[in-house]
Amino acid sequence: MRVEWDGRALELVKPMLVSKLLEHFSLSNETHLVIVNGRLVTEDQKIGKDDEVKFVRVVSGG
Amino acid sequence: MKCRVCGQPANINLKAYNTALCAEDFISFLENRVLHTIKKYHLIEDGDIPVVAVSGGKDSLSLWHIMNKLGYGADGIYIHLGIGEYSDISLTKIQHMADTLKRKVYIFNVHDLFRKGIDELARAMRRPPCSACGMVKRYIMNRVCIDKGYTVLVTGHNIDDEASALFGNLLYWKREYLWKKNMVLHGIEGHLSKKVKPLFLCSEREMAAYAILCNIDYIYEECPFSVDAKSLVYKGMLNKLEELSPGTKIRFLKGYVKMVKEEVEERDYCAICGYPSYGGKCNFCRLLERFKIQGNIYFEEHGACNLDSPQRMVT
Repeated sequence: MRVEWDGRALELVKPMLVSKLLEHFSLSNETHLVIVNGRLVTEDQKIGKDDEVKFVRVVSGG
Repeated sequence: MKCRVCGQPANINLKAYNTALCAEDFISFLENRVLHTIKKYHLIEDGDIPVVAVSGGKDSLSLWHIMNKLGYGADGIYIHLGIGEYSDISLTKIQHMADTLKRKVYIFNVHDLFRKGIDELARAMRRPPCSACGMVKRYIMNRVCIDKGYTVLVTGHNIDDEASALFGNLLYWKREYLWKKNMVLHGIEGHLSKKVKPLFLCSEREMAAYAILCNIDYIYEECPFSVDAKSLVYKGMLNKLEELSPGTKIRFLKGYVKMVKEEVEERDYCAICGYPSYGGKCNFCRLLERFKIQGNIYFEEHGACNLDSPQRMVT
């Protein structure tokens, strides 16, 4: 899968659940939304090896 | 995970409400919560003329979109702070939304008045940029409301903004601010506009999801001056608590709303502009004097109302 995060694109080989992917990047479900192939998904969604994943940070400061 | 309403695949899991929803049902859920907040807490009433403070971020642009969708026709106010590309991109996104909604947006440019961006202005004032920004925004937004006839200033403060501010005020026992975080801040005729926060019970996560699902084009980049903001640390701590115990943030704020008490404050008014101040002159008028700036404050207007502007609410 191709993961877009923090201005970088990374390739991961192993399919996994969204919850595991968040853990992999040490991200929280409270602070990041996950988009898979352009669709907002819940943490139990399985991500396949050909999927495109994007994290969206939700916390803004100031 | 399935949508609790229709059984289709869910797009968002809302642990605080022990539910999961698809895009369509989540959009209805969030819009209904905003409507319920407006009505239950009397944020906008018959005869009010609302205007939304917009920054270009997910909260204010989504709020502007929701208000107009719910029938609360509202124009916008944007303050261009002169923070390079960040301010320019924000303005582009706001103008796009104004065109989509067919509403007007008032644009005040800090650099046009002071010949300085907010960072340079803050240095001249010997204040942190966020403090100078807050002072300019409060004055200009109040001025638009009073001068242009809007009766309610609507802001996009969400659960996370309010809970983190409350947490900080409690942590340091800032008694002077503690009871000033309610979702309605009453105005003073001719001096101070009423301020309301319809997203008071909506989280940042929900607002980001709403913006994504409604294809709202917001500025994703952060204000460069917010990087070290203490509010981000408090938000992080509250989100840890929320993970361990979903619903913590909303219970924290709802508890506050039940306990909040109106404190009647002795007010002075600025001898020059008439707006509230703690001395003979308000900070903004002092600043104008210091830089020897005279004459009217100019607002650019982009877009036009599709109705007679401003529009008085009949709810």
